Amino acid sequence: MADSRTLRGKVAIVGAAESDELGRLPHKPALQLHAEAARNALDDAGLGKGDVDALFSAGRWSSAETADYLGIKPRYCDGTLIGGCSFLAHVHHAMAAIAAGICDVALITHGESGASRVGMPGTRWTPDSVNGQFELPYGVMGPPTQYSLVATRHMHEYGTTSEQLAEVAVATRKWAALNPKAAMRDPLSVADVLASRMISYPFHLLDCCLVTDGGGAVVLTAADRARDLRRAPVYVLGAGEAVGHALVSQMTDFARWDAAERSGAAAFAMAGVRHDDIDVAEFYDAFTIVPILGLEALGFCKHGEGGPFVSGQRTAPGGAFPLNTNGGGLSYTHTGMYGIFIIIEAVRQLRGECGPRQVSGAQVALCHGLGGIWSAAATLILGTDAA
Amino acid sequence: MSEYGGYIPSPTPDTAPFWEAAKHHELRIQHCNDCGEYYFYPRPLCRHCLSRNVEWRAVSGRGTLHTFTVNYRSGRASPFPGAFVIAIVELEEGPRLMTNLVDVEPDPARLRIGMAVEVVFADITAEITLPRFRPAAPAR
Repeated sequence: MADSRTLRGKVAIVGAAESDELGRLPHKPALQLHAEAARNALDDAGLGKGDVDALFSAGRWSSAETADYLGIKPRYCDGTLIGGCSFLAHVHHAMAAIAAGICDVALITHGESGASRVGMPGTRWTPDSVNGQFELPYGVMGPPTQYSLVATRHMHEYGTTSEQLAEVAVATRKWAALNPKAAMRDPLSVADVLASRMISYPFHLLDCCLVTDGGGAVVLTAADRARDLRRAPVYVLGAGEAVGHALVSQMTDFARWDAAERSGAAAFAMAGVRHDDIDVAEFYDAFTIVPILGLEALGFCKHGEGGPFVSGQRTAPGGAFPLNTNGGGLSYTHTGMYGIFIIIEAVRQLRGECGPRQVSGAQVALCHGLGGIWSAAATLILGTDAA
Repeated sequence: MSEYGGYIPSPTPDTAPFWEAAKHHELRIQHCNDCGEYYFYPRPLCRHCLSRNVEWRAVSGRGTLHTFTVNYRSGRASPFPGAFVIAIVELEEGPRLMTNLVDVEPDPARLRIGMAVEVVFADITAEITLPRFRPAAPAR
């Protein structure tokens, strides 16, 4: 098998940006949000549309439809769709394609009208789909009723508590208070989370992410070209992805996120860094339980110790483990396929652009994405020139 | 039957024997004669080894509650009027499936992971019957 370490640092992220606005945007169809983000990320990089020769995108469209809307004619197109972490997987794929010389400038776009549902094609789940036959008839109403199955089992096996879940929401809100783009910035306490109405046991409302409209995009190119561009390059040191299941009922182990174990191990192996080299971490937080299992799966703590790991506000500003410094899907924005925003925040932290929420001296960042219903995972380890 | 407001599945050639058995209040899943494993959901190529040497077998309908949630929201496709239990049941033959736990208060404090459960059948339309589970009767 090829040694993945030969890819370390070969490719860099040179542009990263959100759409012009985030939040509730009924005046903007989803593809417009792709386009705004694409333009903003290219501006950030100091590149033009004509420089792009590879497009990576995921959502309810083929990447050809997205390319058409953007007026881009790529020679390399990738529509890998494995849920909200697809964009992290796209970085993995773009890295390989650029290193192989198949393309030069890769644009990865996301746009979703998650709240307003403008210009969003309908569901893929027909009554004769596997999901339509074997899960939807039991009253599955979106992710809260499915992610919760893992939370209940984790609590049973390891004694994880509702208070520990709430710690994640509270710490993430503290970061959001430092981010002017975050949707929810008012202070929050553990008691507030526990007092919020029950959605699907054990999740209270404030254990659940936001539902918003927005877009995001990043631009990648080879490291040698990146050094001539406008921004300090953010190098891709390691990347990994994995898929476990599609239907949550077929999850191998309801107290362990197996896809994340594999994606994390691959990313660490490529990057050749240790856990204590990570200065800042951005984990997909669709629900408060998700970073807890992610921290366990990636080896930041042992299985079952994710609850204690996040307790005492260890992940809040000033804590030992800065996590979700943009305010996360819980308090900043969550369009539906949130993964692109994880990458954007990690890039900004490594460039030192984050103002009051800047993690001082951050040189290595970890991005960990989630897809489907604990189905897929993708992990990136990014670093500055110094890393 | 008329009260059901939930999602109605539509069988395919892969899954029709499962739904036909359910209609007759029998739980049938597939067993691979090459690798010896049972599996769920239905498909004609074994999920473990991709063999087509598989057969439908009636199973006991007994299992354990592997994990659960209680859904408190109402929605367009809610199978029950109030709060209800969505459960993952592990059949004694091995496979796990999603179902509802019925004949029990939808109160997390009264549900115990590992508890013994048994299948019951809910005729939701003239054609479709859903396998659900309830706490198992004490051993006779």
